[in-house]
Amino acid sequence: MSVIVDKQTRLCVSGITGREGSFHALNNQRYGTQLVAGVTPGKEGQDVEGTPVFNTFHRAVEETGANTAMVFVPPRFAADSILEAEDAGIATIIAITEGIPAHDELRVYNHLARNPDVRLIGPNCPGVLSPGKANVGIIPAAFFKEGNVGVVSRSGTLTYQIGNELAQQGFGNSSIVGIGGDPVPGSSFVDIIALFEADPETELIVMSGEIGGSAEEEAAEYIGAYVTKPVVGYIAGFTAPPGKTMGHAGAIVSGSAGGAEAKAAALEAQGVRVGRTPTEVSEIAMEILGR
Amino acid sequence: MDLLEYQGKQLFARHGIPVPSGVPARTVADAVAAAGTVGFPCVVKAQVKIGGRGKAGGIKVAQNGAELEEHAGAILGMDIKGFTVGEVWIEAASQIAAEYYASIIFDRSAKAPLVMFSMQGGMDIEAVAQETPELLATLHVDPLIGFQDFHGRRLAYAAGVPGDQVRPVGAFLARLYDVFVGEEAMLVEVNPLIVSGGEVEPSPFGPMYALDAKVTLDDNALFRHPENAELRDPSAEDPEEQMAHERGLTYVKLDGDIGILGNGAGLVMSTLDVVAHFGGAPANFLDAGGGSKAEAITSAVEVILANASVKAVLFNIFGGITRCDEVANGLIAAFAQLKDRIAVPFVVRLDGTNDVEGRRILAEAALPNVHTARTMNEAAERVVALAKEGPAA
Repeated sequence: MSVIVDKQTRLCVSGITGREGSFHALNNQRYGTQLVAGVTPGKEGQDVEGTPVFNTFHRAVEETGANTAMVFVPPRFAADSILEAEDAGIATIIAITEGIPAHDELRVYNHLARNPDVRLIGPNCPGVLSPGKANVGIIPAAFFKEGNVGVVSRSGTLTYQIGNELAQQGFGNSSIVGIGGDPVPGSSFVDIIALFEADPETELIVMSGEIGGSAEEEAAEYIGAYVTKPVVGYIAGFTAPPGKTMGHAGAIVSGSAGGAEAKAAALEAQGVRVGRTPTEVSEIAMEILGR
Repeated sequence: MDLLEYQGKQLFARHGIPVPSGVPARTVADAVAAAGTVGFPCVVKAQVKIGGRGKAGGIKVAQNGAELEEHAGAILGMDIKGFTVGEVWIEAASQIAAEYYASIIFDRSAKAPLVMFSMQGGMDIEAVAQETPELLATLHVDPLIGFQDFHGRRLAYAAGVPGDQVRPVGAFLARLYDVFVGEEAMLVEVNPLIVSGGEVEPSPFGPMYALDAKVTLDDNALFRHPENAELRDPSAEDPEEQMAHERGLTYVKLDGDIGILGNGAGLVMSTLDVVAHFGGAPANFLDAGGGSKAEAITSAVEVILANASVKAVLFNIFGGITRCDEVANGLIAAFAQLKDRIAVPFVVRLDGTNDVEGRRILAEAALPNVHTARTMNEAAERVVALAKEGPAA
């Protein structure tokens, strides 16, 4: 098993005729993901190396049975594309686009929250990889193999770093989920940790957070109350000075709340061991799973 | 992007929120001319993007021309918590019967705008929130329905507003919500919101107007608000941060001596932590971004070395979209272009997409004083040792 994407994933990519969109869509297809359609208004009838392009998500769903969307359009069009995918009945929407206005994200989040059948991952995220099954997004799949560690992270490249440290200790992954670093992510740590808790293949959960917001603190409470599987944490930004923005819109520290120390302490209080470096995370994983 | 007080007030005025009349000035002579328009008594207010101006002596009342010259001269150029005052706002003095507080913030945790109102405005609102939270009324607004009249009534009654002020407070908060949504702000704050003790023109807001304005706009939405985008003041930014901004890099200057470059905000933050873990002090945060191309790397090296404190530089790359061979070629191009200016050692760690190729390119180029490392920890240890040995650039 795995979470969010797998062999049943039927992927439709909005922005598939763009340079980045086509590159990554085809990359995902080469990995084994079922790429069934693309959406670009005005380009229905064309194809991208054999994958049909439609004017709307509705047409793509009708014609191909797409059940998963990857949004790769520029920021000013991204909220519209996510809402269109939901309106067309797509259940899993993965938004890679970086730089979507915060108020757009707010409207999208609150609208999607009224539909219990839809799940949004991102925006501003690297996507989801279930090794050996499907890859939707930009995660470099070659570094990861099938296994029993579920990884959820706010940062893209840091996910690769931690995943790679785990791989070097011999661990594989059930799924790797990038939830993104934006102020209003569609899915939170709590949402993804709940999926890993229910996933029989996942034996250990690694969550990689960073300064800003309160998502890690909320995850800590949830873990304390509901999670039976071991969780290893990592927090980036111990040395970040307060009040500075470090690139992710989400990573703004105000006072001591949202700081790395407070987040690590909240996790540790619920029995989550927190590695101080990515290497230490893999060492703790090794101790817990004992191999 | 944070706005100056007067820019925020101009924004408020566009949405029909009453504000005192005023004129900005960059010199004492301009301040004198401004007072001619505004009249006496007037207030000289330092325009800096930091709170606590009043306590720092950055706000003074002038009764006449001599006082105005004195205050403007003292405040222009003043340092307030590290910010130099380059501009003052000359504003008509207010007759104050009461000071209230109103704000709307983008509440990430609740995924909704949070509106706050209190009758205890003024300098100590944070103490009010801490010690007597029952005096601060708060309410989340569903962004899909927006601010309704009942929201205004609930906040006003909860804050204990007198009956005749319930409607004016509601009207004021509704307009503030218009600013928050219409301008795509992350924060709008009015402290104090004044109940005037003098004559005011009749309006839906009764005797109330905004004596201060704190506005933070969403940078990602500025493309929809070109008039707001023009308010950015590059001269107020640190020169290296400005240079990085122009080149599309995310750069934050720090106090240490080890220059850092990485790809992706999370990995760069983690790199700073690991360098500190091994006893080093990062000189900056620099995210070259996803898909870092050769030119971006050359620009980034220039920005890092513009900081004279840098004694060694660490490149920490984990390639996803970014290709390690591009990074290696970028570094070689940077050395070719900047060779006379590169006097400090580099430690380069390349992992991920095309890493073998990237390391091979670097090995063949044999750049002077460039060391490679296989892991993040090894790279951090190495750069910390090199920074301790070497003189500054």
